[in-house]
Amino acid sequence: MSDDIAAQIKAEQEKRARDNATQREDTRVSLTGHGYDQDIYGSGDKFAGYSTSLPMDDDEEEDELTQRALAGAKKLSSYTAPKEVYSHLASVDEDDTDPFAGRTESTRIADREDDYRKRRNNRVLSPSRQDPFAKGEAESESRSYAEVMKEAELEREQQRVMQKIAEKKKEAQKATGQDAPPPPTPTGRKRRWDVATPVVAPAATSSWNEPDDHVAVPSNRWEETPKADVKKRNRWDETPVASSTSSWDATPRASSGAGVAETPTTKRSRWDETPVAPSGMFGATPSGQLGMMTPNMAVPMTPEAMNAQRWEHEIDMRNRPLTDEDLDAMFPTTGYRVLTQPSSYQPIRTPGRKLTATPTPYAGNGFMMQDENMKQDYGIAPTEIEVPGGGNLPFFKQEDMQHFGKLLDEKDESAMSAEDIKERKIMRLLLKIKNGTPPMRKAALRTITDKARDFGPGPLFNQILPLLMSPTLEDQERHLLVKVIDRIMYKLDDLVRPFVHKILVVIEPLLIDEDYYARVEGREIISNLSKAAGLATMIATMRPDIDHADEYVRNTTARAFSVVASALGIPALLPFLKAVCNSKKSWQARHTGIKIVQQIAILLGCAILPHLKNLVDAIAHGLEDEQQKVRTITSLAIAALAEAAHPYGIESFDSVLKPLWSGIRKHRGKGLAAFLKAIGYIIPLMDAEYANYYTKEVMVILIREFQSPDEEMKKIVLKVVKQCAGTDGVTPQYIKEEILPEFFKNFWVRRMALDRRNYKQLVETTVELAQKVGVTEIVSRIVEDLKDESEPYRKMVMETIEKVVTQLGAADVDGRLEEVLIDGILYAFQEQTVEDIVMLNGFGTVVNALGFRSKAYLPQITSTILWRLNNKSAKVRQQAADLISRIAVVMKTCGEEKLMGHLGLVLFEYLGEEYPEVLGSILGALKAIVNVIGMSSMTPPIKDLLPRLTPILKNRHEKVQENNIDLVGRIADRGAEFVSAREWMRVCFELLDMLKAHKKGIRRAAVNTFGYIAKAIGPQDVLATLLNNLKVQERQNRVCTTIAIAIVAETCAPFTVLPALMNEYRVPELNVQNGVLKSLAWVFEYIGEMGKDYIYAVTPLLEDALMDRDLVHRQTACTTVKHMSLGVVGLGCEDALLHLLNFVWPNIFETSPHVINAVMDAIEGLSVALGPATILQYVVQGLFHPARKVREVYWKIYNNMYILAQDGVIPFYPSIENDAKNTYERSELFYVV
Amino acid sequence: MDRANLNSQLEHLQSKYVGTGHADTSKYEWGVNQARDTYASYIGHYPMLSYFALAENESIARVKFNITEKMLQPCGPPPERTD
Repeated sequence: MSDDIAAQIKAEQEKRARDNATQREDTRVSLTGHGYDQDIYGSGDKFAGYSTSLPMDDDEEEDELTQRALAGAKKLSSYTAPKEVYSHLASVDEDDTDPFAGRTESTRIADREDDYRKRRNNRVLSPSRQDPFAKGEAESESRSYAEVMKEAELEREQQRVMQKIAEKKKEAQKATGQDAPPPPTPTGRKRRWDVATPVVAPAATSSWNEPDDHVAVPSNRWEETPKADVKKRNRWDETPVASSTSSWDATPRASSGAGVAETPTTKRSRWDETPVAPSGMFGATPSGQLGMMTPNMAVPMTPEAMNAQRWEHEIDMRNRPLTDEDLDAMFPTTGYRVLTQPSSYQPIRTPGRKLTATPTPYAGNGFMMQDENMKQDYGIAPTEIEVPGGGNLPFFKQEDMQHFGKLLDEKDESAMSAEDIKERKIMRLLLKIKNGTPPMRKAALRTITDKARDFGPGPLFNQILPLLMSPTLEDQERHLLVKVIDRIMYKLDDLVRPFVHKILVVIEPLLIDEDYYARVEGREIISNLSKAAGLATMIATMRPDIDHADEYVRNTTARAFSVVASALGIPALLPFLKAVCNSKKSWQARHTGIKIVQQIAILLGCAILPHLKNLVDAIAHGLEDEQQKVRTITSLAIAALAEAAHPYGIESFDSVLKPLWSGIRKHRGKGLAAFLKAIGYIIPLMDAEYANYYTKEVMVILIREFQSPDEEMKKIVLKVVKQCAGTDGVTPQYIKEEILPEFFKNFWVRRMALDRRNYKQLVETTVELAQKVGVTEIVSRIVEDLKDESEPYRKMVMETIEKVVTQLGAADVDGRLEEVLIDGILYAFQEQTVEDIVMLNGFGTVVNALGFRSKAYLPQITSTILWRLNNKSAKVRQQAADLISRIAVVMKTCGEEKLMGHLGLVLFEYLGEEYPEVLGSILGALKAIVNVIGMSSMTPPIKDLLPRLTPILKNRHEKVQENNIDLVGRIADRGAEFVSAREWMRVCFELLDMLKAHKKGIRRAAVNTFGYIAKAIGPQDVLATLLNNLKVQERQNRVCTTIAIAIVAETCAPFTVLPALMNEYRVPELNVQNGVLKSLAWVFEYIGEMGKDYIYAVTPLLEDALMDRDLVHRQTACTTVKHMSLGVVGLGCEDALLHLLNFVWPNIFETSPHVINAVMDAIEGLSVALGPATILQYVVQGLFHPARKVREVYWKIYNNMYILAQDGVIPFYPSIENDAKNTYERSELFYVV
Repeated sequence: MDRANLNSQLEHLQSKYVGTGHADTSKYEWGVNQARDTYASYIGHYPMLSYFALAENESIARVKFNITEKMLQPCGPPPERTD
């Protein structure tokens, strides 16, 4: 075998010699001296700036001394970044425009919705409903249940007739042999964009789908807008001007004077359309837009239109032609000549290029009557305008005009009716919530909640709900408004009843939002709503939507119902559900009812178990429904129920087993898939014997369906196979003989690797099968495919092998298979074109699983790694380095120290790597090697390695930082003696910067490293560095420094640190003093019992701190007292602690939350150390103080103490004297025998 | 920390630990809590019970029973409500 490998290596090397093209120039750096990245790490000469010889004359020394004294006197106010960094930042700031600004995804909800979700816009806020439970007269506007039902009936009828008509037409057309135009289904899905439309596109290719500057209107759904056309159109890529005479791009033949674009001659199709079509700039004369000479303010612009206008205007301004005056101003007066324009020149008049061809009146010249009260002055086009009225309103976007426009017409409030004032008040609050700063928003939210009942549900919801329907709504705004609804609903309680449907219309779409949090929010609201309104109202409100004509409405209603069930309990809803599922009137109702059950199962999970039988029985008959859709949803619902019930509840499914069984024989296609899914979920619930039987039965059909070309079917079949294989009753023998051959033949094909979901499912199923039949069976079947030519397929094979080997180990992989496996893995690893974590994981897992057995292959693997470490592609290098860290342990197991030493040297040489990701991996690999072979036998020797690592500590990349600090920390921990103290001090200085890192792991590692270094070189120098660092500005940096000081104190014994630390407290600087106190707190927390020797030393300092005027001093001192007292419980330090308690106690009336918490903690700590009796004596003084504020605080302390030591205070309760009525004496403890 | 939150915290505390008090706890309530805590503690510490039994010249079970009985209105009837 070794010959074989040697031959292979040789072949490999020859091959490499041939394709040297993949390799980099040699970038390795010699072992001695720094040769790389001097601009980043500074020149390697670490002695630069030092005198290389001792000073000869005393003068110089004198000078130096005075200078040092001066420097000492002038304390650094902070440690900051070097000047050039600031100057760089300053220079960067100016042109610091976000290059992705224009490309970031819009936060608007409407922009990311798909067609299905957009159907929410079809719903309208119906008038409010009557509340049958309400006392008093019903409002005339609101409708009763009967009316609503009648209306729903009408709507359905209308729908049915429309459909009939459409069908008739179609038939008629078929009969005449004409091309059928698409049937006008009113609520049908939009045509897909890629389906050919009957509208004939003009020959000239339009550039609509190219990114075009002047159509950069971000998101106003301009595909729908050009309503002015004769034909209905809903395709974005169609030319909007349907004119057959000329393509839109061409110059109009005779432009109708003054550059006005042709006004399409069509009439508006519907009177109730928004008069200003969004982006009406194409073609249509923008009639009645704001800022025109005749501002037609009757209807405010829609927000989209406003946005469009804003963009358009800005672009107009920038592209406006330069006038002669402009040119005169720009050019010098002499030295050039003005040319006349050529006679053939004709200015462009294409409307498409000129946008609004009508002269823009607000561009500055031209006439315009200034309207005094016009707040939307588009001439200056601010994006936000200020709202009058106290100046405490937030800024205002143009989009808010539609809803909040009223706030701008500075009318006198005193002249308004109470209703109007209320309306404005609500509006103002909502605006604050929507656009305001967080404090503003918080206050407004509280006001609106507190006053909810005063405002009444009507005025509130009539403003909030339309806002939520606004097309420009953004995520954040929606979140806030939903929060408002939630809060006011809580206050309004049963007053919401008439508005339940309106709220549902707005909230239901949240339930199918793609954002998880939106879905959760939606559920929360509906559940609160159902608690507030009650079951009866909810059912009455949602009943008409259950058999609504639109599938979208039914879907969302079903989801909402499942939320109601989870809020009010399944039993409450069961009778209704049974009735709906049995509905004779329409199959839609049955479908929705069953869907509700499905959603309940998904939402509630195992909580359905008590009602499982009832739920299954309610939907069982759906399996034999005459409507295919109902049968499908029923089996899906059963699948969901079985999944939720797993592993219990098989007896509840008895009634459906038979119909399911006969179903899988009767059905084909989609129906069959659903039935199989249901069975797949039921089989795992069965006991072994039944499972075995049913699996065998169903397997016949499954194997038949293995060949199905349908993707959905494939997924379900895979899933069912997985579930069947997982059950106890199915024997490995059976799987091997019956399933595996067909399974591999049909599923392990390249095509399966292309679809991500198929891929995942196939891997999962195969792994599940491997659990039963063992590693060898599966791996030997697919191992050859590691050399397949399709990369995705190799990846899938690798992932499967990785998972199988992880779960089952490689113990029963025989020698031959092992060879093929490693060979395949090496091939797949080297042939990857996209460096993938899957390959890396697979490689690592297999090698680790083989353990000692991989010894034979290690030389080959190492040579591959070495080769790839010098690849041109950074990804390849990174992966190679990562692989080293994965297999380091195995190399040690195989006794390949020499090989590892070699790898260590090579890695060391690559430390000059420029890509941070790669450098991080290289450091990680070095770390893995050092960990495995130990400090003393490491090559390169630690004394060479560490000086090379120190400059890399400056690197700002997180991965580099983390790996590097880990490595340095490891060396400091285990091998500090290999490196000079001087070098460690350099590391210390670099580490200070690490404390700024964002990642907690890095900061923690840095802080720990301080401890190791202090242990190695003694605390003095390290401590001095750290104490200096307390002066810096950043809080995080200081906090980390205090922790580091505490760790140093812990590792080097506190007495080495405390004197210097306490001395530092004398520095008259808040930050330093607080830092010292904080360090003390940490120190006493870490040293615990050892603290008893130091309490008396620090008590005077704490006394001073506890009497300081500064709050933070007292707070931190209290924290220190807490840790101190907890450390020395029962060690005889009560005198000092009692003394400190006397200083802590006066702080109990502090109101700042952090301070009071710290004080309470200190008292609690002291009551542990001093015993509750002492604290009780203090507390009793104020429990019945005449001032409530005092009593409140004292009772709070009493409660804390009481919870802490209820039993312990019993002997110490003050004895209360009996009065005329009550006896308070407890005499038992006075017994003396 | 706002007021409502604090109050709800206090309520929660009180529902969990009956013996905790608040600014409006009366002498009677505090006395009752003390007495009940005391008696409960005695019952929990068997040596205490046996000591009392010795002093009172009763059986331990009797002492225990007496103490348990006393836990019901340990300080006599509550004072009349004045509001």
